[in-house]
Amino acid sequence: MNHDTYSDIYVREILNGVKTIAMVGASPVNVRPSYFAFKYLAERGYDMIPINPGQVGRSLAGKPFVASLRDIDRLIDMVDIFRNSDAAAAVVDDALALNPLPKVIWMQLGVRNDAAAAKAEAAGIKVVMNRCPKIEYGRLSSEISWMGVNSRTLSAKRAPIPTGSFQRMSLNRASISGGSTGAADRAAQDKPK
Amino acid sequence: MTDRQPGFSTLAIHAGAQPDPTTGARATPIYQTTSFVFNDADHAASLFGLQAFGNIYTRIGNPTNAVLEERVAALEGGTAALAVASGHAAQVVALQMLLKPGDEFIAARKLYGGSINQFSHAFKSFGWNVVWADTDDIASFERAVTPHTKAIFIESIANPGGTVTDIEAIAAVARKAGVPLIVDNTLASPYLIRPIDHGADIVLHSLTKFLGGHGNSIGGIIVDAGTFDWSKDGKYPILSEPRPEYHGIRLQETFGNFAFAIACRVLALRDLGPALSPFNAFMILTGIETLPLRMQKHCDNAKAIAEWLAVHPAVAAVNYAGLAGDKYNNLARKYCPKGAGAVFTISLKGGYDAGVKLVSKLQLFSHLANVGDTRSLVIHPASTTHSQLDDAQKTKSGAGPDVVRLSIGIEDKEDLIADLEQALA
Repeated sequence: MNHDTYSDIYVREILNGVKTIAMVGASPVNVRPSYFAFKYLAERGYDMIPINPGQVGRSLAGKPFVASLRDIDRLIDMVDIFRNSDAAAAVVDDALALNPLPKVIWMQLGVRNDAAAAKAEAAGIKVVMNRCPKIEYGRLSSEISWMGVNSRTLSAKRAPIPTGSFQRMSLNRASISGGSTGAADRAAQDKPK
Repeated sequence: MTDRQPGFSTLAIHAGAQPDPTTGARATPIYQTTSFVFNDADHAASLFGLQAFGNIYTRIGNPTNAVLEERVAALEGGTAALAVASGHAAQVVALQMLLKPGDEFIAARKLYGGSINQFSHAFKSFGWNVVWADTDDIASFERAVTPHTKAIFIESIANPGGTVTDIEAIAAVARKAGVPLIVDNTLASPYLIRPIDHGADIVLHSLTKFLGGHGNSIGGIIVDAGTFDWSKDGKYPILSEPRPEYHGIRLQETFGNFAFAIACRVLALRDLGPALSPFNAFMILTGIETLPLRMQKHCDNAKAIAEWLAVHPAVAAVNYAGLAGDKYNNLARKYCPKGAGAVFTISLKGGYDAGVKLVSKLQLFSHLANVGDTRSLVIHPASTTHSQLDDAQKTKSGAGPDVVRLSIGIEDKEDLIADLEQALA
């Protein structure tokens, strides 16, 4: 499939369909993007597992680090890769050795490995590359709009309210495409890798 | 229809706004509150640490203002925006993220007089040194580039002369110099020109003018195009290096292609303080819903009046890029085919005295220092908006002593022409 753009339906289905997310390359340092994304997703009810061989014995937001995908004792729905594009290949190989296979392999903003993605897709796994699940959740729920960010969605429907807390918006919000960001998308593609 | 791209008028009404999730209110509520309660201590810490999206304090963000921000970002094709108290505030907030004392920025000589003052005096006192260049001579921008240059600043349609700028040519100079191009798009509005489509990295507006459009609220906005790589060469450490205020986070690494808008919010707006009132945001939002209708009528009226004035015996010259034969008509056809805006200048054969007489005799045109109102406006720039400039600066910025500036409103054009006719008689 085309990995330059993803439809909102595709991304929303993924974020709605997964429960357990293993984040490879999660950092315990509270100013790193992986820490931000891990904590945000954990707060939204995902069962988050931090993977980082250098951090075993420590924990992130109360979740103990494990060394690799092979060391996880429960079913994983999604593998979120916070490593560079080259290193993503080996992580995908590890994910393909899992039984049962994960449903989704997600590579973070700036991470793209088309060969590894093709391998995963051949095994029936859905792939997202060069996106952040925190930003996508914030965008599709419209939480990110509170920061003045163009969510690229429009909606004339009242969104459901998540229970139990406030300043939260639901991922299950009816929306259609909104204002596009073509110049930013082109700049990202032209950026020297 | 998920992947169908909505048109401009649809975005002008819907972008950023949705029914209120708790009350179902369809119009955007005015969140007239200073502060927002937290779920718990951890939620508060997440918000202060920028780890969660949400509201803390209206100096940093407000849900009404956020609707305005997302709407203008969508209309301009940007990734994010930040609304502030005025157009001037937008300029100081945006440039504070790019310049440190001793740095330079290049600015077009033909600018709103208030911007010339701000750049020449207030910014100079911060150690931000403006270097002027001429939009009629693109090479003057290239010559002005030095190792200290941090940005290039132009207006898409320049005030007061209504001249149209070759944005793409200057964007090419900015790209070569490795600095962002900042475009003040106030007089065009995104309905006429979307500078990001032509290579702008940052777009600024005085929301006070056509976007708000009704002459009732001051406001400004900064739109991040999401196109500039702030981390490539260390020239923009505020975006690329760890920020001590936020325990060492790097803004571009964390926020990607909307990092500039976030930096403006969580550093410059937070620390300098020119926040927009949510009530003003609401008024401006309501204005934006009719921007496409108003802007087209403004332009159609302006063209008809400019054509009428061009053949009037008392008028020496009409400077309106929408007129065939105007020096800037080719640029207008390229950049703003729907219309060349509604602000232009005329010079009268009777000089300064004729200008004063015209302003005093007009009955429908209001004599005041604003543009982009539903009402038609008139002013003599040399004695008002541009009065603090010296004579050479006045002439260079298109505000010589014989010049009268008109901002054409959306009244019936026949009534405006009749008013001009009696005043010129």
